[in-house]
Amino acid sequence: MQKVIKFLTTLIFLFVIVVFYFSLNKDPSYQTNSLVGKKLVELNLENFDGDYNLSTKDFKKNNFTLINFWASWCSPCRVEHPILMSLSKSKKLKLVGINFKDKKNNAKKFLNELGNPYNLIAKDEIGKKSVNFGIYGIPESILVNKEMIVIKKFIGPLNTQDYNEILKIIN
Amino acid sequence: MLSNLGNILLFINVFLSVLIIYFASQNIKTSGNSISETIYQTTLLQTTLIFGCFFTLVAAFITSDFSLINVFENSHTSKPLLYKISGSWGNHEGSLMLWVIILTIFSFFFLINNKTHPKNYRLFTLIFQNIIILGFLSFILFNSNPFTLISPAPKEGLGLNPILQDPALAIHPPLLYIGFVGSSIYFSAAMASLITNYSEKFFAKSIKNWVLISWVFQTLGILVGSIWAYYELGWGGFWFWDPVENASLLPWFAMTALFHSLIVLEKRNVLYFWVIILCLLTFVLSVTGTFLVRSGILNSVHTFANDPNRGIYMLSFLCLMIFSSLFLLFKKYRKNNYNINFNSKETYVLINNWFMLFYLLTVLIGTLYPIFTDALTENKISVGPPFYNAVIIPVVVIFLFFMAIGPNVKWIKNKFDNLISFIIIFILALIINFIIVYFFKSFTILSNLIIISSLFLIISSLIDLKKSLEKSKFDLARIISHLSFGFLILFIGLNHNFSLEEDFNMKVGDTKSFNNYEIKFKKLEVKNFKNYKSLIGDLEIKDKKMSQIKTLNPEIRIYESPSTLTYEAAIKTNIIKDYYLTMSNIDRSDFYNIKFQKKPMMFWIWVSCMVLAIGGFLRVFQNAKSN
Amino acid sequence: MKIIIFCFIIFLNLSSSYAAKKNIDQNQIYKNLRCLVCQGQSISDSNSDFAQTIKLVVKDLIKQGKSEKQIYTFMADKYGDWIVYKPQLNKQNFILWVLPYVILLGGGLVIFSIIRKKRKKF
Repeated sequence: MQKVIKFLTTLIFLFVIVVFYFSLNKDPSYQTNSLVGKKLVELNLENFDGDYNLSTKDFKKNNFTLINFWASWCSPCRVEHPILMSLSKSKKLKLVGINFKDKKNNAKKFLNELGNPYNLIAKDEIGKKSVNFGIYGIPESILVNKEMIVIKKFIGPLNTQDYNEILKIIN
Repeated sequence: MLSNLGNILLFINVFLSVLIIYFASQNIKTSGNSISETIYQTTLLQTTLIFGCFFTLVAAFITSDFSLINVFENSHTSKPLLYKISGSWGNHEGSLMLWVIILTIFSFFFLINNKTHPKNYRLFTLIFQNIIILGFLSFILFNSNPFTLISPAPKEGLGLNPILQDPALAIHPPLLYIGFVGSSIYFSAAMASLITNYSEKFFAKSIKNWVLISWVFQTLGILVGSIWAYYELGWGGFWFWDPVENASLLPWFAMTALFHSLIVLEKRNVLYFWVIILCLLTFVLSVTGTFLVRSGILNSVHTFANDPNRGIYMLSFLCLMIFSSLFLLFKKYRKNNYNINFNSKETYVLINNWFMLFYLLTVLIGTLYPIFTDALTENKISVGPPFYNAVIIPVVVIFLFFMAIGPNVKWIKNKFDNLISFIIIFILALIINFIIVYFFKSFTILSNLIIISSLFLIISSLIDLKKSLEKSKFDLARIISHLSFGFLILFIGLNHNFSLEEDFNMKVGDTKSFNNYEIKFKKLEVKNFKNYKSLIGDLEIKDKKMSQIKTLNPEIRIYESPSTLTYEAAIKTNIIKDYYLTMSNIDRSDFYNIKFQKKPMMFWIWVSCMVLAIGGFLRVFQNAKSN
Repeated sequence: MKIIIFCFIIFLNLSSSYAAKKNIDQNQIYKNLRCLVCQGQSISDSNSDFAQTIKLVVKDLIKQGKSEKQIYTFMADKYGDWIVYKPQLNKQNFILWVLPYVILLGGGLVIFSIIRKKRKKF
């Protein structure tokens, strides 16, 4: 009995130390990937001019859609904008922009200045609707397929690595 | 120059530690029961020089010597003197200096205060303690040296974080370190006791005051940390089951279990190996806590900057400590025959230990579980207050009953003659609870139970107090501590039950009504201060039931260097309750988020915890007097 | 007679504690959700933009009549388990909830076996 206890005790401590060791090299920051693989359901978004509600029909037309959350007051959004412009050239990908907690005039000015890569623009003035997409900051982008299933989530401004990855997925 | 001096002193101390270990091992082989003068002199020199080293660092902070990276990162010329000084230990590298100082002081004072105990036991304690000192000194020298230079020396420092400039936070590390770093000495003593087979009651006598002293300071350290969190952090709470808070609580549970078991070991000569396990466990938990907090494994409000290299070093040290103590323990373990009657004080001490271990393991599991699930399944979970409250509070209810009964049970074998008085006390507790419930509308069954059981402990302790004063018996320390613990739980329970909290978005000029209160957002003022600009809100709280009006002024402070925003809560304290108000801005809107809280009994929570520590202090004096 | 009084007092205590109905507590929910962009703060304690938004969403969900559990499930669905401070009772977290009580029971058994030794001798 004593030997069993001694053995088990040593084993438990060893296990704890090994787990600690492997945890040291992990990234403690959190990536919200819980939606990946799930289907997006709640879609009550108003389009930018306020005259029409987006629905799943708009997404079913295309094989792939990239939903991009942006605002005129967000500087990393400016940084990723050229990549969005390049992506808009692809026929296989549709871009839906969701203007997050922004004022219409400022948003329009932003797009006039930098170009409009979006096929469709929706707005979320208070920011509550974006919670349905698991957004906690901007810019964020979600890649969905025809069935509205989330393929990949990009947190922060898109970089060239993300750009290449998106191209690989849609082709 | 200060940097050179500091580094030289560090190296000398490494050398001295090695020397002490050598002298001690030589002295062990000699016969007789006295320790050589050389050892006393060397340890005295060691203590003096490590203080010198520490003061060198503090001097660098006071003179704002920014050629040291540590001073540059953590200080600023315009910091008040108190915070320049406390800034020296309020960072990772500086706090390691505090570690080493306390390790050394405890080593020295333990040596000279244990002259009636066997020479080899004392020498081995010295050796183990110095191995620990060496471990930390080398950690400082090779990884976290506060005396590292930066060239060219900057003209100004970076460290002006206003949240850290607080008297409670300044004193929090020294208090806490005397607590859990101090537990190193009875870790070393336990190892020494195992090797020299110095067991039973004399060993208990040797370490008991050390355990008590470290417990008192640990309690005070936790208290002060909670006070700081309440006044400075602006969320109105004082305990969040945050991993760093838990890291300070774990050794506390072990210490409490330990000094209760020491009573049994001293009186009845049983539970020796269990006491040894607790001694080893306390310091292991202290080092584990330090590792968790500084290695970057955890995400918390309190964590220091992350650096995996530090983590590897601390993990190796922890590993060494754990496996060497396990090895020695397994080697020396002998089966003991216990002669414990189920109705005796010894049993109640065992019950105390049982519950303490439960709390300890629950908090440990809760803190480590996210780390484990993340490492094994890539899925991150959070374990927070709902878990700890749900698991621990029901058990505390039962624990408080045992806490009241235990001290009244006789040693060896007890008779049930005090059963009737306990039933009367229970009825009294029920009646008082009913009164509270009737007048103030209480809530769940659990909250009722907690109030009943804490009242049971309080009433029973008050009766003990009356008996003790009549007979002039010397159990005052225990009665005071148990009584204040009962009050602590009672006040925390009342505070939790009768707290009010409301969260609104308001514009200047708005009024909101809720329960028996009305809040009016009267105005917003901008004021300029020496190093910050302040947005001061003027809010009027009207208590409709009592027709009282109070004005609270929460602030949003905008600092320049470094560019930070802090939210200062407006707190109005009186004997019965605190009003707590915070105001935060909502981006791109002229609404403000106003959070109002009424928190009853806050003052008494602090007082109870303070008296709890004082009880322990009293016991140390009683012990010292009877020696 | 004493026993009757005793039971009556207990009964009074229990019945009065059920008097307060359990309504959904908005602040309790805020306290149990983690602010994802802060270092270890709940939605209730945080001043951040994200926390403000989540508060509004929670208010809406309460108005829609969702229960506390449903709100936590909703949040965990969108943001992952990390956002909820109370670990869900599933296969992964089963050990977390059960182990403390197993230990409590185990400790009790150990103490019981220590104490019983004496009685067996007679």
